[in-house]
Amino acid sequence: MKTAIIQFPGSNCDLDIFHVLKDVLQIETDLVWHTNFKSEDYDGAILPGGFSYGDYLRAGIIAAHSPAIDQVEIMAQEGKPIIGICNGFQILIESELLPGALLSNQTRTFICKWVNIKVETNNTDFTRNISEGTILKIPIAHAEGRYTIDPKGLKDLRENDQIVLRYVDENGNLTKIGNPNGSMDSIAGICNNDRNVFGLMPHPERASEKILSPFSSSDGLKILNRFVHT
Amino acid sequence: MDERSTIKLNLTQKEIKEAQIRLGREPNETELGMIDVMWSEHCSYKSSRKLLQKLPKEGKKVVVGPGYDSGVVDIGDGDIVAFKVESHNHPSAIEPYNGAATGIGGIIRDILCMNCRPVGLLDSLRFGNLQSSHSKWLFQNVVKGIADYGNCTGIPTIAGEVEFDESFETNCLVNVGCLGFGKLKDLKLGRMDNPGDIIILVGGSTGRDGIHGVTFASRVIGEESELDRPAVQIGDPFVKKLAIEATLEALRTGKVTAVKDLGGGGLTCALSEMSSKGNSGLEIDLNVIHVREGKMTPYEILLSESQERLLFTVIPEGQRKVLEIFERWGLSYSIIGKVTHTGNLVAKYNGRIIVNIPAKLLTNSPLAVRVAKKPKIKSKKSISRPAIPSNISKTIFHLLQTANIASKDIIYRQYDHEVGVRTVLKPGDSDAAVLRLIGKNKAVAIKADCNSVHCFLDPYNGHASAVAEAARNVVATGAEPIAITDCCNFGNPENPNVYWQFRQAINGMSYMLKGLKIPCVGGNVSFYNEDETTGNAVKPSTTIVMLGLIEDLKLITNIALKRTGQSIIMIGKTYSELGGSQYYRLIDFPKGKPPNAVVSRENASIRSIIEAIRNGYLTAAHDCSRGGISITLAEMAIKGNLGLKIDAKLIPRNIKVRIDDLLFSESNARFIVTTPKPLARKVLRLARKKGAPAAIIGEVSSDNYEITWGKKRIAWNSIDQMRETWERAIPEAMVGP
Repeated sequence: MKTAIIQFPGSNCDLDIFHVLKDVLQIETDLVWHTNFKSEDYDGAILPGGFSYGDYLRAGIIAAHSPAIDQVEIMAQEGKPIIGICNGFQILIESELLPGALLSNQTRTFICKWVNIKVETNNTDFTRNISEGTILKIPIAHAEGRYTIDPKGLKDLRENDQIVLRYVDENGNLTKIGNPNGSMDSIAGICNNDRNVFGLMPHPERASEKILSPFSSSDGLKILNRFVHT
Repeated sequence: MDERSTIKLNLTQKEIKEAQIRLGREPNETELGMIDVMWSEHCSYKSSRKLLQKLPKEGKKVVVGPGYDSGVVDIGDGDIVAFKVESHNHPSAIEPYNGAATGIGGIIRDILCMNCRPVGLLDSLRFGNLQSSHSKWLFQNVVKGIADYGNCTGIPTIAGEVEFDESFETNCLVNVGCLGFGKLKDLKLGRMDNPGDIIILVGGSTGRDGIHGVTFASRVIGEESELDRPAVQIGDPFVKKLAIEATLEALRTGKVTAVKDLGGGGLTCALSEMSSKGNSGLEIDLNVIHVREGKMTPYEILLSESQERLLFTVIPEGQRKVLEIFERWGLSYSIIGKVTHTGNLVAKYNGRIIVNIPAKLLTNSPLAVRVAKKPKIKSKKSISRPAIPSNISKTIFHLLQTANIASKDIIYRQYDHEVGVRTVLKPGDSDAAVLRLIGKNKAVAIKADCNSVHCFLDPYNGHASAVAEAARNVVATGAEPIAITDCCNFGNPENPNVYWQFRQAINGMSYMLKGLKIPCVGGNVSFYNEDETTGNAVKPSTTIVMLGLIEDLKLITNIALKRTGQSIIMIGKTYSELGGSQYYRLIDFPKGKPPNAVVSRENASIRSIIEAIRNGYLTAAHDCSRGGISITLAEMAIKGNLGLKIDAKLIPRNIKVRIDDLLFSESNARFIVTTPKPLARKVLRLARKKGAPAAIIGEVSSDNYEITWGKKRIAWNSIDQMRETWERAIPEAMVGP
């Protein structure tokens, strides 16, 4: 499986996820400048975190107009796996590959923190091998991550089992204290209807090596493992 | 000559005369403005550079010492670390958000110039007390400025320190540091060695912002300083991120001979320093520079401190390749001239030579002769010591609530401290941050330190202590300290008392650095941190940024208690040294002796810890400083979510100490460590061999914090309550106007 990491001006987690895919998971991976990205060259794509175009206007919105997004859409239609992490999630939302909106955190500040993430469904390409209810330790780092959607949209997400990850507290409960940015329904990650496009605010690449984890865990790999298999 | 002649010069009459003699003619207005900037305190170090010579700068690991954009040390296997810290005090005191942000921008460029990838930021901040709404405003906006800028560039903000004291009410101190990783074989020095090279100005456009920023930074802050707000630059972290990637890519082509940051003094400073260091000259055309606003005069172009600009020299045949890279990253650039061998900085405007001045005239300012005089101590009347607090548990709670001790979570949560996937020990985990080198079995530890109250009460011992504390902090993570860079913050050097403080500070630092065999590879001096209206100077504060090397990832150690039943060992002796302690500040007691700094004690303790960690004996290690033993223990318990039981009678101490000394004194050369019980004897034996006093003082328990004197209980608190108090103090102080 050959995976592309699409680099936008201002992406800054591109090298991090590259390291994890290439060195930790030993997957064939390319860093691809957004204007050079062609869907047919790859079996999967990652939109990395960072501040594409400096988050000017609104996080992710300028990158959503990059020619790369047309290619990502083709890829999505072909059923290939696509992940947007943090700013990548914001880009997927702004390009309407995923529904809803990501607003400023309730605290109105940037938050960098290890949080508890509950896997709500394993009926996706990315969580297939994780039992439902598993709690992952993964850090977040964002200023605009409060997931919001209209009531109808939320109902659809629930009914179609598109809510993949939720923020929970240490005991695995959906509580205010466990929901760092005030996301609606504690949503941390969602997928599209076809279940092959996945956006999440937490950074699995920062939780993929034990040495970096305060819990000596490598839970991020459970998600990124998806790219090992064809 | 033009309307610019109204610009206020900071040069003295004597300096103007000196400039005329060296130039052999009357400098024109533009040249005079350039001399004014280059001979300002900020650029020239005219008051400090002679004294700074005293600091040791030699060492086996030193690759680049003071005098370049940043210091560089060799950490083996061809890997190097570049690091530097700088002040951005004056701009931040006037415009905290942009002042702090552009401080970050500047320090990143200093690392980049050495062809190292910036991998970590740190900040050392000082504000007035949080009861003041002005201090709250400064604090909130400085932190936000650092967060917004740093986070966007993709460089984690990994370490720092914050101190609150009324002397920083008007003049807050914002010192920002950066470190970068690179390869020895790829190292670049910012100098023009090669006549014929093309000079390219890259990045942000040149505007009117920041003109004479350095001369503004070389004055005290007064009522008129508000008018200096245009002298504060505006940053653009997105352009900075592009510039980082483009610069590193351009350097990889092998066609770039040097890169230099445009910071204080703008083009004038960068051009003159590069050519002066390379013994070359240069010729540039000001008309081709990409400017932000129309009708900028040569004077403005040469002195603008607009952000996000870098100067490149490129071999002529490489020009095309390098420009393609800038274009791909969407960066603006101008090919502004070339390197010559004349030794002169020549600038043309509208076809006419308007500046023709030896580069070395600009970079070698005359020294300023300053007088040092020890301040008179107002009253020698001795006051008897305050009574021992009747409720020690309560005192410990009150200490946990003081802003200087309370959790700084509210700050570092706003910083992306994880990007780059290198941060092993994160803010709050330990005494220093630890960054790994990806793919290698090694890491570096880094920490910024200073205790301004100790430095004020006794500048010599206070500054020696700052060096020692910074060293202990990296040692506690498992590192061997290898080098420092520093940032001196003082009042007006023309005031003999301030200059005395500065001289004492350098002497104290020098004593401790030499004793610990740690070189100083770079530094920055910020004077004139003084409020003109009140005449109050800041407490003298030199931020010490200590770099340590961890040669095996297995050695990395943090401060958290790990397991019930493990032994708690105190290394180092406690003295009656409560002067300037957080405890005396809490009870508002102005007297007492501040801690002594003694090389032999530090070496004994430091060597004990390094060896104990190498032998795998320690499960946690924490330097003992602010707040004393009581707070050091509290932090270890809070972090580990475990309790402890200590018998204070067992603490190694000087014969005359009382219980308040034991618990709150901030004596140097001390660590508290934990070890599995069977290894405790080995740790004691090791410490004895190294000459450090050591004793088992208690053990880790499951929940409460308990201190006894023999069998008598003297303090008892619940860890959960302590944590809550410690975590809530600063957020609560920030509520309200």
